[in-house]
Amino acid sequence: MPFRPLTLIAALCLAVVLPFLASAQTLDALIARLPDGNFNDRAAIVAQIAETGDPRAAQVLDALLEGELEQRTADGRFVRVTGSRNNQTAVDVLTGEDLGPVARRSTEAVRVNNALRRSIRTALGVLTLMDPDPARRLAAAEAALRSPSADQVDALAEAMAAETNANIRTAQTRAHAAAVLASDLPVEQKLDAVAVIGAANAQIVQQTLNAYRNAAEPELAAAVGEALAAAEARQRLWSQAQNLWFGLSLGSVLLLAAIGLAITFGVMGVINLAHGELVMLGAYTTYTVQQIIRTNAPEYFGYSLAIAIPLAFLLVGAVGVLIERGIVRHLYGRPLETLLGTWGVSLILQQAVRSIYGPTNREVGTPDWMSGAWQIGEMTLTGPRIAIVIFSLVVFFGLLLLMKYSAFGLQMRAVTQNRPMAANLGIRTGYVDALTFGLGAGIAGLAGVALSQIDNVSPNLGQGYIIDSFLVVVFGGVGNLWGTFAAALSLGVANKFLEPWAGAVLGKIVILVFIILFIQKRPRGLFPQRGRAAEG
Amino acid sequence: MKKLLLSTALGAVFATGALAQEGEPIRVGILHSLSGTMAISETTLRDVMLMLIEQQNAEGGVLGRPLEPVVVDPASDWPRFAELARELISGQGVSVVFGCWTSVSRKSVLPVFEELNSILFYPVQYEGQESQRNVFYTGAAPNQQAIPAVDYLLENGVERFYLAGTDYVYPRTTNQILEAYLLAQGVAAEDIIVNYTPFGHSDWQTIVSEIRDFGSTGRPAAVVSTINGDANVPFYNELAAQGISAEDIPVIAFSVGEEELAGIDTAPLVGHLAAWNYFMSVDTPENEEFIDAWHAYIGSETRVTNDPMEAHYIGFNMWVDAVEAAGTTDADAVIDALVGVAVPNLTGGLSSMGANHHITKPVLIGEIQADGQFEVVWETAGLVLGDEWSDYVTETAPLISDWRAPLSCGNFNTATGTCGGSE
Repeated sequence: MPFRPLTLIAALCLAVVLPFLASAQTLDALIARLPDGNFNDRAAIVAQIAETGDPRAAQVLDALLEGELEQRTADGRFVRVTGSRNNQTAVDVLTGEDLGPVARRSTEAVRVNNALRRSIRTALGVLTLMDPDPARRLAAAEAALRSPSADQVDALAEAMAAETNANIRTAQTRAHAAAVLASDLPVEQKLDAVAVIGAANAQIVQQTLNAYRNAAEPELAAAVGEALAAAEARQRLWSQAQNLWFGLSLGSVLLLAAIGLAITFGVMGVINLAHGELVMLGAYTTYTVQQIIRTNAPEYFGYSLAIAIPLAFLLVGAVGVLIERGIVRHLYGRPLETLLGTWGVSLILQQAVRSIYGPTNREVGTPDWMSGAWQIGEMTLTGPRIAIVIFSLVVFFGLLLLMKYSAFGLQMRAVTQNRPMAANLGIRTGYVDALTFGLGAGIAGLAGVALSQIDNVSPNLGQGYIIDSFLVVVFGGVGNLWGTFAAALSLGVANKFLEPWAGAVLGKIVILVFIILFIQKRPRGLFPQRGRAAEG
Repeated sequence: MKKLLLSTALGAVFATGALAQEGEPIRVGILHSLSGTMAISETTLRDVMLMLIEQQNAEGGVLGRPLEPVVVDPASDWPRFAELARELISGQGVSVVFGCWTSVSRKSVLPVFEELNSILFYPVQYEGQESQRNVFYTGAAPNQQAIPAVDYLLENGVERFYLAGTDYVYPRTTNQILEAYLLAQGVAAEDIIVNYTPFGHSDWQTIVSEIRDFGSTGRPAAVVSTINGDANVPFYNELAAQGISAEDIPVIAFSVGEEELAGIDTAPLVGHLAAWNYFMSVDTPENEEFIDAWHAYIGSETRVTNDPMEAHYIGFNMWVDAVEAAGTTDADAVIDALVGVAVPNLTGGLSSMGANHHITKPVLIGEIQADGQFEVVWETAGLVLGDEWSDYVTETAPLISDWRAPLSCGNFNTATGTCGGSE
C-alpha cells in the first residue's frame, strides 16, 4: 500500500484543522468545490464530505470513486453518469432525480487519481461499515484493514456485534485487530489482535504485522515475530502447490495450442507452419462475435464465448480444408516444399488480418461469469485460467473419443497408416485428408477462442505459439495424442518450477537444452509410435 | 490510401509542369515497418508522417517546392532497415528520413546514414548512451522519462521497486541507469528487484504472484515496467486477474501508451501509471487541432494519438524550419541549422533542438483512466533537455556531446579532454 503515510498525515491534519470549517458547510456546498483545485484539495473535501454525516454522502463518494461523478456544463448540477459511451444516462447525485439520457460532451467528469481513490475508500469505509448491502459492508471492512486507524476500534467492534454474515464478520474482526494494534490499548489486547491476524492468510499477516516487528513491548514484538515466521513457512509450503497450478495452467495452454498440430503434423505428417495463424483466426472470430453482440444485443454478452466456440471451429476448419485442398495436397511427401508453402500461407493470413482489422490489438472481453479469483489456502486461482484448464481437457478427451470410436476416426487412422489399402477398401482418401486437416485447423480455432482470454488479439498472436506447439508434439512423440497431453503438461509444470529460481529467460533456455538432449537420446519422443506405420 | 496516391501523383504532375521553375519536389523518406511484429506500432507513424506532409504541401511546401513522401516497408527485419535506408538515400535521393522504432533497427541504419551523410529523425523513447551527427533524437532519453518517473514514486513514499523488463537493450540499459540512480537516492539494494522476461512473454502468473508477495510487506512498493510491445496485454490482464490494483502496487510503464491500451479492458487498470512527454488527453489548442486533423485524415473518430506521433510532429516541423533557414536541403547545412531550432510541441511549450541532437520536452506522469486515456497527475516545472550520456553510469558520466563547431563531437570526454568516448 504505497502513499498511505501521506494520506494518513493529510487526514490527521484535516481532522485537527478543519472541524470548525467543515461543520459550517453542507454537502451541497462541499460538492460544488470538488472540481476546483488539485487532487490534494479534492482529498481534503472528500474527508469533509464524510464528516458532514449527510445520508447522501456515501452515494456521492461512491460515484466519485467509480469515476462516474460528473458536472453538467449547462447548469452545474452534479450527476452520476452510467452506461456505455454512446448511451449514457444521468442521475442527480444529490436529489436522486433521473435526468434521462445525456449527450456525450455535455458533462465534465470530476477526475480522481490513486491517492484520492485511497482517501475516498477510507472515508467511504467509515460511512458504510453498517450499510444494509453486504458487499459494501465487506468492502468497508477490507478498506479498514488496509489502512488501520485507532479511531475505528469502537466503530468496528459495534459493526462486529451487529454482523450476521460470517465472512464479513471475519473481515471485520481482522480490521478490528489491525485497528487495536494501531491504537494505544493495553498490550494484552494487542496480543489477542496478533493472534487474530496471524490466522489470516500470509499476505494480510505480512502487510499488517511487519510494522510492529520492532514494537516497544518485548512480548508483542516476540508474538509478531512468531506470527510472521509462521506465515512465511505456510507461504513457502503453499508456493509448491501454487507452482503446480501455474504449471498445469501453462500446460493446458500449450496443450490447446499443440493439439491441433498433433493432428495435422502428428497424424498426417504435414509440417504446418500456418498453425499459429489458424489459432489467431480463432481469436479474431471471437473478437468479431463479441463486436456484433456488443453493437446489437449487449445483454447476451455472457454467451459470446459459447457462440464463438462452434463458429471458430467451423470457420477455421473451413479455412483448413481450403488450405489442404488448395496447397498442401499437392505437396504430400515433400516436407521441405510443404514447410515453405505453409509458411507463405501464414504470412498471407497475417497480412490479410492486418489489412482487414488493422495492426493494433483488439479488445476481447471476459464474460462476468468467468472473471474473478478464488483463494485456496495461500494460493489464488483465477477464473479465466480455471476455464482454460477445463476447456483444454474437454477438447482433448473429445478428440480422443472422436479418433477412437467414430467411423471418421477409424477412416482417418486407416488412411494415415496405409493409404493404398484404405483406398482399396473404398475410403475416399482425398476426402478424409481434407477433413482431417480441417479438424486440426478447427481445433486450432478453438484454441484461439481460449487464448483470446489471456493473450492479446493481434495479427502476431500465432507466432508466439508455433514453436512451442511443435516442441510439445515432437517431445510427446509424433502421432500420439497421449504423448502430446503428457508433454504439454510436463513442460508447463517444469517451466513453472524452474521460473522462480532461474528466471523466465534462463528457464526457457534450460527447457530447450533439456529437450535437445532428450531428442538425441529418444528421437521419437516420450511415447513413440510403434508398428509398421512408424517405420514408413 | 487512394487519395494519397492521387495527391502524390498530382504533386508529381505539378512538379514537372507548373512548378518546374521552382525546382523538383523534395523527397522525404519514411522508414517504418508496415508488416511483421512492429507493424502494430509503426504503421501509425507512417500515417502521421503522410498527414504532416500533406498539410505542409497544402501550405505551399518547403522553399516553394512540394514535398513527396517515399514510403518503404522494412517488415520488422533489422538488416532490411539498413538496405532500405541505403535505397532511400542513394536510390530515391531523399533529403531526410523519418523512421525506426526499435533500438536495434536504429543501430542497424546508423552506419548507412553516416556513410551517405543524410539525416534521420528517430521518434521513440530510447535508452540513451548514443549521439550521432546524422541522427536527431526526438523521443525521450532516460532523463526525460525514467528518472522523473521514479522521482514521482519516491516523492509519493514508495520504498520498494520491482524493475520488470523485456530482455533486450532498452530495458537493460534503462534498468542499469535506474538501479544506480535508486541506490544513489538511498534505496536499499534488497528493496530493488530486477527481472527480465523474453520477448512476447505471455504467461505472467509466476511473476505477478512474485510481485504481489514483493508488495505485501506493509511497505509501499511499485513496479517500474520496461516490458515491451505485445507482452503488456497479458501482463496487465494477469495483474487484474490476481486482483492487484494500482492502489496496492502501482505499475509505472515507459512503453505503454494510448495505442497499447486500445487492446485492453482498462477498467481494472485504472490508476496504473505511464511516463511520457505527451498524452492525448492534454488540453491545449495545438493538441486539439492535431487530434482533429488526425481524425479527419485517418477517417475515424476512435483512433488515438500517442507520444511518438508527437515526436514526429515536432521533428518534422523542426526539419521544415531548418530547411527554410538554411535555404537548401543539403544535409550538412540542414544539420547545422537544426541545432537551436525551436517549434511548438503539443503540450503548450516550445521544444528546441540541443547541440547534442536531443530535444527539450516536458515530462508528464499520467494515470490510466477507465476510457483508455491518461490523466496527467504530475509534470515537470519546465522543459527538460535529453541527456544522451547518463550521469548515473560510471563509464559515461564524464561524456558530453556537442555537434556545433569547433567541438563537433558526439562523445567528448571531459575527464581526458579528448573526443572518443571513455576508452
